[in-house]
Parts: sequence; structure tokens; C-alpha cells
Amino acid sequence: MIPTPDLSHLTQTDFVHVYEPAEDTFLLLDALEQEADELKKHPPLICLEIGSGSGCVSAFLGTILGPSVAIHLSTDINQHASSCTLATGRQNKIIIDPVTCSLAQPLLTRLTRSVDILLFNPPYVPTDTEEASIAQGGGGIAGAWAGGASGMEITDRFLKDVDGLLSDRGKLYLVALKQNDVSGICSRMLTEFNLQSKIVIQRRAGREHLFIIRFSRPNRCS
Amino acid sequence: MVRLVTHNLLACHVKGCTTNNFPLAFQDVQIELQEAEFNPEFVKNLIPRLEWGALADAAKQVGDTSLPPEEPDMMDDDLLQKLHHVLLEIHVIEGAMVCPNCKHVYPISNGIPNMLLAEHEIG
Repeated sequence: MIPTPDLSHLTQTDFVHVYEPAEDTFLLLDALEQEADELKKHPPLICLEIGSGSGCVSAFLGTILGPSVAIHLSTDINQHASSCTLATGRQNKIIIDPVTCSLAQPLLTRLTRSVDILLFNPPYVPTDTEEASIAQGGGGIAGAWAGGASGMEITDRFLKDVDGLLSDRGKLYLVALKQNDVSGICSRMLTEFNLQSKIVIQRRAGREHLFIIRFSRPNRCS
Repeated sequence: MVRLVTHNLLACHVKGCTTNNFPLAFQDVQIELQEAEFNPEFVKNLIPRLEWGALADAAKQVGDTSLPPEEPDMMDDDLLQKLHHVLLEIHVIEGAMVCPNCKHVYPISNGIPNMLLAEHEIG
């Protein structure tokens, strides 16, 4: 049992601006824990979390892997989130290097086919397009959930970059909602980028039916 | 934190700025040193992912001249130690990074680089 990262340094004021870990976060932690042996057997060198929020997920991955074995980069469009991520790393003795930006934009050139573990818990809640685009532009907490049409507008933008980022043995762990059309996402990633997928874990949490999908290049993992 | 390993992975992403957009130049930086556990294997594994010249030059800009300007053929323990220090222990806390091509300024505040662009700058 890997302990959930210590977030006691964050306050309710932080969670006014930054998404507080909830069922979707915990499902992603459970998926990573389930994969822990595999992750440790072939330790990743470069990990990148998109939309790190509180920093809980990267800190958890760092705890699984142990200190000084991997670089943990993270991004978020919300500056408060970047600060929380940095602080959560420190609190849990994991060095996380946060960058305030949209998706992986400033990293795409230099991280071409270099990322071993990619994590994304996207804004997946279906909203109208305008709400999602205002939320992304505003850099506030609404950017953590407002996902536009089918909840997929932000995710779809990112999925185009995944093939370019993943190393040969790289894996993406993506959080998705049933309404996002999980099998549609998987078949698009296969036809467009030849990335295979597996549902690592799924759970109903209140009104949400949540999935963690793992994408990888063919024949790299079971 | 803008450690030099992070700096080595960031490029300017302003719309249309696609050549000579790396490495970003440091401007008015304040640095802090924070000791990190030395894992020679980890540092060695990072080398193929780095642009050595950009790293040596970035180190020089923050006052560390311990790395040779070009990647040496042989890595001894002493050099790995130096590389460890430059990559993982030097933190840029305040200042900015400037694109060598379009001169866009990316501020660094409280150890976090702000790489957000305005709507019209996004590609």
C-alpha cells in the first residue's frame, strides 16, 4: 500500500483556486499503484504530468519510483496550481519541476519521443465550447473541469501531441468519463497514431463512470 | 523550479517562432542551490536527452563554468558529479528566459517559469 501524498500544507484557500483531489484523482492513483511493479521494473527517466493541479498525482508517482531516479515535469495553465504542485513535491520529498503553460506546448520540441510516463487528468466534463475556452483562457479552477463538447475539446487537442511525446516504451495514463466515449478515443488513437490502449481500471463514483486508459506503442507492454 | 535540466527542455513556442527558438537566454536571474541525492546512473541516463552545448552555456550564464563546452567522449565520476550539480542542484528562483529568435520574455517567479502565451501568440 503506497500512502496517498501528504497535502496537509494546502489550505481551503488553495482549493478555491486549484482542483482538490477527488474520485477521479484517486482512481488515477489506484491505477498507478496497480502498475507499480511494472513501473519499477523498467524505471522511467522522464515523467510529465499535464494539468498537475495540486501535484498529488506526480508526488504519488515519485513515491512509487523513489528519489533521484526520474525527472518529474508538470504543467498547468493555472499559476496557483504550479505553486501547489511545487509545494506538494517538497512536502512529499519528491522534486517536481512545474511549468505554467497550456498542455505541453513549450516542451514539445525538446521532448520529442522522450517521455516515458505521461499523465493527464483532463477537464472532462461536457460543457459548451465557450465555457471551456473561457475557463482555459482564465487559468482558474474552472479550467480543471470544463471540457467543452463531449468533454473532449481539451483532451482532443492534447491527444494530437501524444505520439510525438511518447518514447518507444512510453505510456500515457489518461482519465476519461464514460460520456467522453472511451472506445471511440481508443480506436482513434489506434487508427491515427498506432497507439494501443488498455483500460487499467474503471469505477462508478456518484454520477460519474470513470476510466483510466493506458496508451502505449504496440508490443511494448502487456 | 527552473533547474537547468528543465531549462534544457524548454523552447519558445510563440506562433511562427520555429527556428533558433532554443535555448532560451537567462536574464536577471537569482539562483539558489539545493542539495540533491547523487545517483550516477540516473545522471548518465539523462545525457542522451540533453543538448550539451546549451546546458554548458546555461550553466555559464548562472556562474558555473565546470562543464566543458562540448560533450566529452569519456564520462568519469568527477564529471558526472559536476553534471549532477549543474542539472539538478542549481535552481533559478527569479528572473526571466528570453527567446534568442523572437525575443519573447518568459518570466520566472518563485521558482516557476511562466510559459503562457497571449491568444494572438498561440500557434
